[in-house]
Amino acid sequence: MSMGVIIAVIVVIAAVVGAVAYYAFVAQGGAEIVVVDGSSTVFPVTFAWAEAFNVPGQRQVVVRFSGTGGGFEKFCRGETDLSDASRPIRQSETDLCTSNGITGIEEFLVAYDGLSVVVNHNNIWAENLTVAQLCRIWTSNTSAGACGGAGAHVTRWNELDPNWPAQDINLYGPGTDSGTFDYFVEVILDPFDEAITADFLPSEDDNFLVQGIAGDQYALGYFGYAYAIANPASLKILAIDDEDPANGDGPILPSEETVKDRTYAPLSRPLYVYGNGRSLGRQVVEDFLRFGFSSQGQVLVGQTGYVTLNANEVQAQLAKL
Amino acid sequence: MKLRSLRLRKAIEVTFVAVFLISIVVALGTLAMLLGSVVSTALPYLRTEVVVNYASAVNPLQAGYAAAIVGTLWVVGLTLLFSIPLGVAAGVYLEEYAPRSRLTRFLEAGVANLAGVPSVVFGLLGLALFVRILRDITGGPTVLAGALTMTILVFPYVVITTQEAVRAVPASLREGALALGATKWQAIRGQVLPAGAPGLLTAVILAASRAMGETAPLIVIGATFFQSYLPSDPRSFFVALPVQIYGYVGLPRQDFLDLNRNGILDPGEPLLASGGWPGVAAAGIVILLVILFAFNIVAMVARNRMQRRRL
Amino acid sequence: MSGDTEGLQARTRLKGALASLEPRYVWEVGEKAVRAVLFLAAAFAIVMAIAIGLSLLGPTVSFFGKVSPLEFFGGTIWSPDIPVGGSVQFGVLPLMVGTLLVAGASSAIGLPLGFGAAIYLREYAPGRVREIVKPVLEILAGIPTVVLGFFALLVVSPFLQSWFGASFFSGANAIVVIGIMIVPIVSSLSEDALTAVPTDLRDGALALGATRFEATTRVVVPAGLSGIGASFLLAFSRAVGETMVVLIAAGQHIRLHFNIFDQMTTMSGFIAKRATGDVPSGTPVYDALFAVGFTLFVMTLLLNLTSNRLRSHFREEYE
Repeated sequence: MSMGVIIAVIVVIAAVVGAVAYYAFVAQGGAEIVVVDGSSTVFPVTFAWAEAFNVPGQRQVVVRFSGTGGGFEKFCRGETDLSDASRPIRQSETDLCTSNGITGIEEFLVAYDGLSVVVNHNNIWAENLTVAQLCRIWTSNTSAGACGGAGAHVTRWNELDPNWPAQDINLYGPGTDSGTFDYFVEVILDPFDEAITADFLPSEDDNFLVQGIAGDQYALGYFGYAYAIANPASLKILAIDDEDPANGDGPILPSEETVKDRTYAPLSRPLYVYGNGRSLGRQVVEDFLRFGFSSQGQVLVGQTGYVTLNANEVQAQLAKL
Repeated sequence: MKLRSLRLRKAIEVTFVAVFLISIVVALGTLAMLLGSVVSTALPYLRTEVVVNYASAVNPLQAGYAAAIVGTLWVVGLTLLFSIPLGVAAGVYLEEYAPRSRLTRFLEAGVANLAGVPSVVFGLLGLALFVRILRDITGGPTVLAGALTMTILVFPYVVITTQEAVRAVPASLREGALALGATKWQAIRGQVLPAGAPGLLTAVILAASRAMGETAPLIVIGATFFQSYLPSDPRSFFVALPVQIYGYVGLPRQDFLDLNRNGILDPGEPLLASGGWPGVAAAGIVILLVILFAFNIVAMVARNRMQRRRL
Repeated sequence: MSGDTEGLQARTRLKGALASLEPRYVWEVGEKAVRAVLFLAAAFAIVMAIAIGLSLLGPTVSFFGKVSPLEFFGGTIWSPDIPVGGSVQFGVLPLMVGTLLVAGASSAIGLPLGFGAAIYLREYAPGRVREIVKPVLEILAGIPTVVLGFFALLVVSPFLQSWFGASFFSGANAIVVIGIMIVPIVSSLSEDALTAVPTDLRDGALALGATRFEATTRVVVPAGLSGIGASFLLAFSRAVGETMVVLIAAGQHIRLHFNIFDQMTTMSGFIAKRATGDVPSGTPVYDALFAVGFTLFVMTLLLNLTSNRLRSHFREEYE
């Protein structure tokens, strides 16, 4: 068989397959399309909603994950309808939206994540930490008055408690490009006006952080609750004491209840979806959000590993529609 | 060069052949390790669902790659359609027609430079140019925009490979044709290109492999992770296999999620094999490699036939 | 009149000059058309290269308005997000060293492996072996880079940690995996180059009493040097431009150092991280992406210009 014949055969097969695929599914054209983009932390939520909400030929929600910042950039150019965000929108981003004619920005709370502080399961000495201790671990400030007077940056376990091993604390955490990182800095370091240390092993992917900590007895890290509880054999979650008796006494472990009633503080992280005047004016977008806040939608949120809003909060979000 | 005994020369040969053989073994061995771990993770998920269903957020056993497979085929198909003629034409021009001058060398260096640009930069360029500026033609972050971006990405490989393939054709073929009265183009089309065809096929294979496996540029220009319809024309939004695999890789393992919370498994059912999402991701990788392998086999068979005909 | 004669002479000369451009035979029209089309294709390549250069240039200039080039090119600490010693640092040297180390070391692995594989497949392997091994190797070229990064962290890293005391994220992870990843580029193209060498060259050497190895290394390889060199260059470029593997497995060390068993970042890895991350555009932190990209672009351009010069010297003419 000559080369020409081979090519001809391939082309014919490809054309046939292509035609079949096209005509079999051309009915799918004409569906109303909703574009969602943004944080890779929040996307499992909108993804789960979209999966249940989509009807072939009628309505299609399309979900992407360019990152919180990248999502806002596209949102503010009118390229997306909804933007997933693991942090609130910034002023600079709102200004960008306004300058592009995108107004009527509405913020919807969709779920909570119990950001968990995690150590290796062979770490038998640490059970809980106060927020001040966390600050000392993660700050770069070496003066004795750091973290509201709690003390300077610690590099070894025994500097926090003399009974603990004289070993370096190996830090693992999300990279500086992640919303998780921003949130952690905001609630652990910013209240003390401290800067974060650069001395940690960063990764964009939480699964890799799990891997790293699971292999290192002296490690400490933080990431989303779903990742923390998925590996009970290799990880141990620490209870956090926010030293605020009004908000639950003593150190508190993250769980569905403690995140929901906000006693697990300050690391109960809110997750958002943003819409703008134009997108929210479309019936299909409003239907999508209503679906998300319905009981079925809330069950889906739970299945993705995040914590659902309580009934009052759901009502408040629905009122915005 | 001093004379060595035959024994020594043979010994040198045997040593080096052993080294070469080890090279292949190392490369293949690493590939085998990689494939082995991927396939074993994917095994529980290699069922019809994974090819026919759309992606799922909550049930790994129901997740499928239907939209991603079609999307990847669309993007890679269009990429090859654009990049091969364009790249071959450019390569032929640079090798056969362009005068051997400093300018040509500069141009060639410029093309080769594209090969070293990080793939993400092509994504940024594609976003600015194809998705935004040329929105009216491409329709935004669509199959067409993705294909155009990937075309630029694989383009230098096609050009350089073509140049080498054409360069390797013996001058006697070309000159013989010219001596018999053919024009330059007739000589090229009739003699040089067919003789260099095996090399051109290598270019096609490398280009297709690259286009199939690149993740970051597609994410940047706006490839979707989830949509539950198949792209029906070049102006549709699309999912690509590498992007969807990347999405699944980032989801948490589900071995030990509380069964009651999950609500999708009976307490009596075994825990999810391979941790749920990692298994789905691995299944996606297997699908991608199968497509790649099939494509390679066809091209390789064609290339073999062409190379066998030469002496 | 003299003016008129001169004009006539000038017009005749002009006509003569233009005549050489006019087609004399029918087929020449087609020839010119073909040449024009091919030229446009090549021009497209150049336009693209320029477009990328320019698109990087704009934000780079704006970046250098806020950060001094001296600090950028001379600084030894790269920490654009987290203040070190009081302020954010934009010294690109750690990135450059990272790029050179990772690309260089992975090429040191991949080029010889690929070259050895090519020689073995072409000169020594029985036909069946070659027919199976070559496409299998080319599969390596198609594995998504995300998967390779995954592999680097989950399989290569534990191995390096126990054998070399490497840290979890290390430059060596990326080096090993990228080294293997570029093998098919080298092996496929080198093998094509070796195949293209006319057998009479090889047979002649063998007839003169050379061993197979000597015939290969002293005759065939030099003859195919152009293609082999091209494959090396493409492979090295690929190693320089690789983003995902570095991003996932190599970590993010910010100080200038040469220890591959510790965290490292390359210029490409940083660009990918910044482009797919969360930082708002328009700030110097984001523009750093373009500045690094532009620097990388210029670096590789210089490299390509030099290597192109060398390759021109080695253009082998058969017969």
